Amino acid sequence: MSASDELIQQYQDRTEYDHGFVTDIETIDVPKGLSEETIKFISNQKKEPQWMLDWRLNAFNRLQKMKEPDWQKPKYPKINYQDLYYYSAPKNFKDGPKSLDEIDPEIKKTYDKLGIPLEEQKRLAGVAVDAVFDSVSVATTFKDKLKEIGVIFCSISEATREHPELVQKYLGSVIPVTDHYFATLNSAVFTDGSFVYIPPGVRCPMELSTYFRINAENTGQFERTLIIADKGSYVSYLEGCTAPMRDENQLHAANVELIALDDAEIKYSTVQNWYPGDKDGKGGIYNFVTKRGDCRGKNSKISWTQVETGSAITWKYPSCILRGDNSQGEFYSVAITNNCQMADTGTKMIHLGKNTKSKIISKGISAGRADNMYRGLVSIHPKASGSKNFTQCDSLLVGNKCGAHTVPYIENKNSSSEVEHEATTSKISDDQLFYCRQRGLNQEEAVSLIVNGFCKEVLQQLPMEFAVEAQKLVGISLEGSVG
Amino acid sequence: MIDIKNLKVSVEDKDIIKGLNLKINKGEVHAIMGPNGSGKSTLSYALSGKEGYEAEGEINYNGENILELNTEERAQKGIFLAFQYPIEIPGVFTNNFLRTSLNSVKKAKGEKELNAVEFLNLVKEKSEKLKIDKEMLSRPLNVGFSGGEKKRNEILQMSLLEPNFVIMDETDSGLDIDALKIVSNGVNAMRSPKRSFLIITHYQRLLNYIKPDFVHVFSDGKIVESGDWKLALELENDGYAKFVS
Repeated sequence: MSASDELIQQYQDRTEYDHGFVTDIETIDVPKGLSEETIKFISNQKKEPQWMLDWRLNAFNRLQKMKEPDWQKPKYPKINYQDLYYYSAPKNFKDGPKSLDEIDPEIKKTYDKLGIPLEEQKRLAGVAVDAVFDSVSVATTFKDKLKEIGVIFCSISEATREHPELVQKYLGSVIPVTDHYFATLNSAVFTDGSFVYIPPGVRCPMELSTYFRINAENTGQFERTLIIADKGSYVSYLEGCTAPMRDENQLHAANVELIALDDAEIKYSTVQNWYPGDKDGKGGIYNFVTKRGDCRGKNSKISWTQVETGSAITWKYPSCILRGDNSQGEFYSVAITNNCQMADTGTKMIHLGKNTKSKIISKGISAGRADNMYRGLVSIHPKASGSKNFTQCDSLLVGNKCGAHTVPYIENKNSSSEVEHEATTSKISDDQLFYCRQRGLNQEEAVSLIVNGFCKEVLQQLPMEFAVEAQKLVGISLEGSVG
Repeated sequence: MIDIKNLKVSVEDKDIIKGLNLKINKGEVHAIMGPNGSGKSTLSYALSGKEGYEAEGEINYNGENILELNTEERAQKGIFLAFQYPIEIPGVFTNNFLRTSLNSVKKAKGEKELNAVEFLNLVKEKSEKLKIDKEMLSRPLNVGFSGGEKKRNEILQMSLLEPNFVIMDETDSGLDIDALKIVSNGVNAMRSPKRSFLIITHYQRLLNYIKPDFVHVFSDGKIVESGDWKLALELENDGYAKFVS
């Protein structure tokens, strides 16, 4: 076995998926298929007001006239939407959890296995967790503490009931119901997700976090997240994702909307570790997610950080609409594809306001037979004078059967604005590995170290509490590194 | 310490080393000199177990034939190769690399690994002794380092890892006289009755600073002449011609 073959082998072994267990709990399911009946059932289960149901049905009607896009690089077999379940909830959570004690011990165990400490005493200090299990929000922690300072952090279902004025005002205001096929599908059948509102001038004192898990078979997960940072506020939010191993592909089509008003800042981090399928590409999650942030106010800032290690196909472009003058958008991404995984990911930075700035740092790592694509749009509109963009796209290849592609779209319609694009492609060389190994590191440690170095700029952006998890996910043991 | 018997090494089916015998006792410094293309670097890679170097014969190290051991196993047993061209690893800070390396070796030996503070204290002490600017440590490994900095970094790593057997592959190449002194002083400070050195070079210059106990002339994959350090002077004057067939 040559050095590089062995390396590929070891790298592949990394994806022996640790989170591939199924929790045996009774669930209530809707009958299969996409229909008005299904949507009414979901809305009814969530005790939604009429306006919410109407909103969903409107989306459903639009969906009938829309076509699934097919311009992306990773192709997949046609999804039979009538063969999916759109709602799955643990049976004894019909009315939603009231306190931590009410949580099914089996679900608790699931989260413990995932390393998500649900119980208050075990929780990472300063992290409030909203855990979404299939389609319902299981527990939201630290809610009372946040309430004292006016921060609302709850499930989106609860928000439609408790804070309808906020939800009505902002839901769909960044990602319109008509946006594109998967976004519209989500609008019709979204099940749960998080809602965050930070009142004016408040700096949210803790990291807010959601943990998603797909448990039931043949279930699509369509969560919806809405975060509003009112004037002069700040929030940092993190989501993590896992799913059990299944031979079938499962669809995950989430919508995430962020709104930053004047002088507000939102930092949104994702650590995505959905089941990637086996070595031959069987099974795994289709991660088709729409994430968009609107820097609606002046001097506002939205920063996306994503570490994408899982999913059979990752297809997403967390974007920023830089509407307010002097607003800033950032996108930091690590996308790792291995075996037969495919990723088509990047961002869109839409500069509308004056003196708007955007920064894109993308690190793609390909191993096995995987294909990794950065696709990004930087668009500077005629009125966005004095705007600036900097983009850096780096690709790292491990082995010689994988692919890396960079497709930047750049439109600059304002002569006082600047756009910069840098791109590199490199390979882990046998010489680098030999050097590390001559210094006593084994091959796996050597790869980890090199990949870690390659991603450093992005991983540094993650909240401290999660950097460790992310670095492990990147295939790196932090043992032995200088803090 | 090291007893090499009838070592043959081929790379991509090409025979490079054709039956080498060499015995290095504890505490000895041996120099191997030879013209370009004589297989000197191949010898250093074969001794450190680089993949793609097919070796047969025996490399006995402290009584154990290490021919079947892989690179890191040999490194963990105390074999250190100072590279002719140290490799750049972008994004990995030198400090981080050194500590990962040191702890990997410590772990393999069953010793306690160093935490960040212990490591920083140790590296501070070592780099001061070697007159190495600590600033180098907070830069990515070898990236943008001058030739001299790269070699000094190798010497620093050697002094941290405290190997038993050091192979220096043309460490003097690309060094100015000041860097050469720093490197040689580092090596001389490491000389001890427990540690052996194999210095590969094609100039006698380095041997003015690191005085070897034995000098071997290497040509066409074999040692063709051995002697004490005076042999190096002879080579400097007369060239390799008389040994190269």
